[in-house]
Amino acid sequence: MTPRRRRMVAVIGGLVCLAAAAALVLTAFEQNMLYFYTPTQIASGEAPEGRRLRVGGLVERGSVRRLSGALEVRFDVTDLDRSVTVAYAGVLPDLFREGQGVVAHGWLGADGLFEADEVLARHDENYMPPEVAEMLEEKGHPPDASLR
Amino acid sequence: MSSGRRRVRWILLLPCAALAVMVYFFGVSLGRDPGLVPSPLIGRAAPEFSLPELLAPGSVFSLQDVEEGPWMLNIWASWCSGCIVEHEFLMALGRAGAPLYGLNWKDAPADAREWLQLRGNPYRAIAVDANGRAGIDWGVYGAPETFLIDAKGIVRYRHVGPLDEAVFSQAFLPVLEGGAQ
Amino acid sequence: MQDRTLGLISMIPEIGQISLALALCLAAALAVFPLAGAHAGNVRWMEAGRPCALGMLAFVALAFAMLAVSFLRHDFSVQYVALHSNLKLPAMYRFAAIWGAHEGSLVLWQLILSSWTAAVALASRSLPPTLRARVLGVLGLISIGFLLFILLTSNPFLRLFPAAADGADLNPLLQDPALAIHPPLLYMGYVGLAVPFAFAIAALLGGRLDRRWARWTRPWTTAAWMFLTVGIALGSWWAYYELGWGGWWFWDPVENASFMPWLAGTALIHTLAVTERRGLFGNTTLLLAIAAFGLSLLGTFLVRSGVLVSVHAFASDPARGLFILVFLAIVMGGALLLYAFRNVAANPQTGFKLVSRESALLVNTVLLSAATVLVLFGTLYPLALDALDMGKISVGPPYFNLVFILPMLPLLLVVGAGMHASWKATNTAAWGRKLRVPAAVAILGVIVLTAAAYGFAGILTGIGMLAGLWVIAAALRDPVAWLLRRGPRPGRSAWGMQLAHCGLGVTTLGIVVVSAWGVETDRRLALGENLEVSGYEFQLERIEEVEGPNYQAAQGVVRVSRNGRPVTTLYPQKRVYEVQQSPMTEAGIDAGWRHDLFVALGEPLGEEAWSVRVQVKPLVRFIWLGALIMGLGGLLAISDRRYRMASPKEDES
Repeated sequence: MTPRRRRMVAVIGGLVCLAAAAALVLTAFEQNMLYFYTPTQIASGEAPEGRRLRVGGLVERGSVRRLSGALEVRFDVTDLDRSVTVAYAGVLPDLFREGQGVVAHGWLGADGLFEADEVLARHDENYMPPEVAEMLEEKGHPPDASLR
Repeated sequence: MSSGRRRVRWILLLPCAALAVMVYFFGVSLGRDPGLVPSPLIGRAAPEFSLPELLAPGSVFSLQDVEEGPWMLNIWASWCSGCIVEHEFLMALGRAGAPLYGLNWKDAPADAREWLQLRGNPYRAIAVDANGRAGIDWGVYGAPETFLIDAKGIVRYRHVGPLDEAVFSQAFLPVLEGGAQ
Repeated sequence: MQDRTLGLISMIPEIGQISLALALCLAAALAVFPLAGAHAGNVRWMEAGRPCALGMLAFVALAFAMLAVSFLRHDFSVQYVALHSNLKLPAMYRFAAIWGAHEGSLVLWQLILSSWTAAVALASRSLPPTLRARVLGVLGLISIGFLLFILLTSNPFLRLFPAAADGADLNPLLQDPALAIHPPLLYMGYVGLAVPFAFAIAALLGGRLDRRWARWTRPWTTAAWMFLTVGIALGSWWAYYELGWGGWWFWDPVENASFMPWLAGTALIHTLAVTERRGLFGNTTLLLAIAAFGLSLLGTFLVRSGVLVSVHAFASDPARGLFILVFLAIVMGGALLLYAFRNVAANPQTGFKLVSRESALLVNTVLLSAATVLVLFGTLYPLALDALDMGKISVGPPYFNLVFILPMLPLLLVVGAGMHASWKATNTAAWGRKLRVPAAVAILGVIVLTAAAYGFAGILTGIGMLAGLWVIAAALRDPVAWLLRRGPRPGRSAWGMQLAHCGLGVTTLGIVVVSAWGVETDRRLALGENLEVSGYEFQLERIEEVEGPNYQAAQGVVRVSRNGRPVTTLYPQKRVYEVQQSPMTEAGIDAGWRHDLFVALGEPLGEEAWSVRVQVKPLVRFIWLGALIMGLGGLLAISDRRYRMASPKEDES
């Protein structure tokens, strides 16, 4: 091969590798984007089933229940309009508390139960999961119904 | 050769362009913080109001009823979720005897009373602002919000969102304790 | 006399604040005189750089000392102390609490920046005066920015009046020895990248970039990189045992913020080598020097502005974010514009062949830069989407794993081969002979490990192990050849390079093995019940109450045995810190070369049962050990004699 043809081959080979890598990266990116849904959005059927997503809100007081001392725990996450029940079989984070903000990662089942594989609470006293904070902030505006 | 050189220069500008885009997005993200919205009230006298008292039907609550010294006005409502978040902390303040007054904003008094019964009442007195008129005077953006008024009746600080220990001890405590002396 | 001492003691915070203001004045002088002097050719102005740099260090150190004294004396009239310390906090953590939160950590940051600046001022006698003046001037400019930031938005000496009776305590997560030294090390790295940045700007201002410049810049870059490496590893180790859940890397934006400068810095070290030895890659080196420091500023912005934590920033102050953003825009914008409009890199006439060390290092640079950009993209994309109101997303760790592995696997293969390639052109036959043994060792190693120790776990795992072992074997080839008296004695910097690469291989091996064969289970465990994980029996014998200096804890006693023989006893704790009333998980870990046994307590489930997380992590220590070896390699490389020669020769071939 002449140097010129060799260079051509190298460039084309490089481009092919690059395109393959870009395709891989983009697919991975697409698959790993986790969208955030509020309990209201889930209750009104906006969230897709069978796709990993995040849901966040406050843990409803008195809603944390364990099935007869088993590891699996269920609790309701609410945005104070609607709530969604989350099931989680694992060790809850240290700062998980009733009445506090949480974000759960997982899948929404056909029965409306959210199967979480990861539950995040605040890291410290000042931290509120950003989505929950924003959701609450938006809820800081009066709902139409209560403008009586 | 010279055209080739110019092309190289444009490529060299690429990092700069990338930086500009990034800085733009960060600027937007920062600007979204409502905490940035400054209250025009700060440094001015607290707006007057004369509203029904929530828990004492028939009586009226106005600025004259506020006890001497610096005080706090907390804007809340029973439909407001951020208010639940800050409530435990407000209860602690109430127990410690903090001069905390409430403005029940755009809420149904019955709902508000039920809410307080359920969670406890940290306030010395609560004004009912059912139609949000006083809220407009105070420039309320949403609930919860907390205003700090000094002993002379001047608004000194406004916090948007749930109040917590850190914000309280940083922004509220110095004025409250300074005025108490 | 005693009255006067007392008066001075009560003024400690004010002394600290005045010191910071004076340091700002000196930083301004440091920025103005040397730069103006270098521009006008005024030698006396240029010489002002050294005393200014030393004076700035003295005042910043004084301010830092005043803050330290305030903490140690429990001076709760200082708001920062009142918020982050407590009467019961042990003295060591009171000292570490200085950098436990925003304000104090900035003082530490500035102290380290001033130290680097002073070090440059002292160690740069052999540099041409104009270059030295420009480097110091640029460092002075950066110091102005950070001192203004402290004084305007984050004053740690703010008084609390009246003083608090007791403090609010340090965040329990931060009450840990590793975390006491993690930020200083990390900042040494972050801030140290300011030095190559200053060298790059100086080269751009002076319009000259040559091989000597690269030689002067190299040891500083390697030193900063070394601290960054060890700092990141320490942070990962801390997260592993202190966050309680046994993960060692989360691709969380704050971690990425420290990792991106490391990636860029690693690329920079390598292009600097080419620039020094061959005079090539000048433009790339400059851009990487700018980018590495830019990324560490970006990290600062992300961590401190509140943009990441919450848009509503419950405690963080948007004014701070705005300040850093403007600072970042000015510093980076200025640097990049300068870079775009000053063509300084010499256009070398020399080229290199396809099979040469230059090629390998070019591939290395491209792959590392690609990894940096992809991590940056994954970190910033959610922020951009949120800013445009297009929904809230987060990017999951699998994305980062893929975009990291994708460039890293080929990179590791190139590292092993490239190390033994010659500059300019390589004699392929001799090169192949050199690589035969390491390649054989690596393949044999994979087979032995798979067959004897772990079992088969997929092609990708095999390739990963092969890559790790290949890099280790290739790195050790020359030292081993020398030991067997079959090869020449490597020089200090070659030793350093080989050691660092060996560390890279060790870390890779650790990551691959722990990812493939690490076992993690969350289980309900009743008292006396047995749980078998990877051949080990874990038995929760009892739960007892323990009292620490400022916390109370429920402590589990977990007996671990294998085939009926006792192995060890673990004591995982669930702590509640008195002041902040926050629970904390303290894992019980049995660390070992072969694997870690890890037990963390969740919460009581009733009926004398607890939720527990049990993990067996093979070779997890290799991850941090490898980073330490990398750091050691950096240290050896810096100690090479040629960086200390008073007047380096222009050429050596």
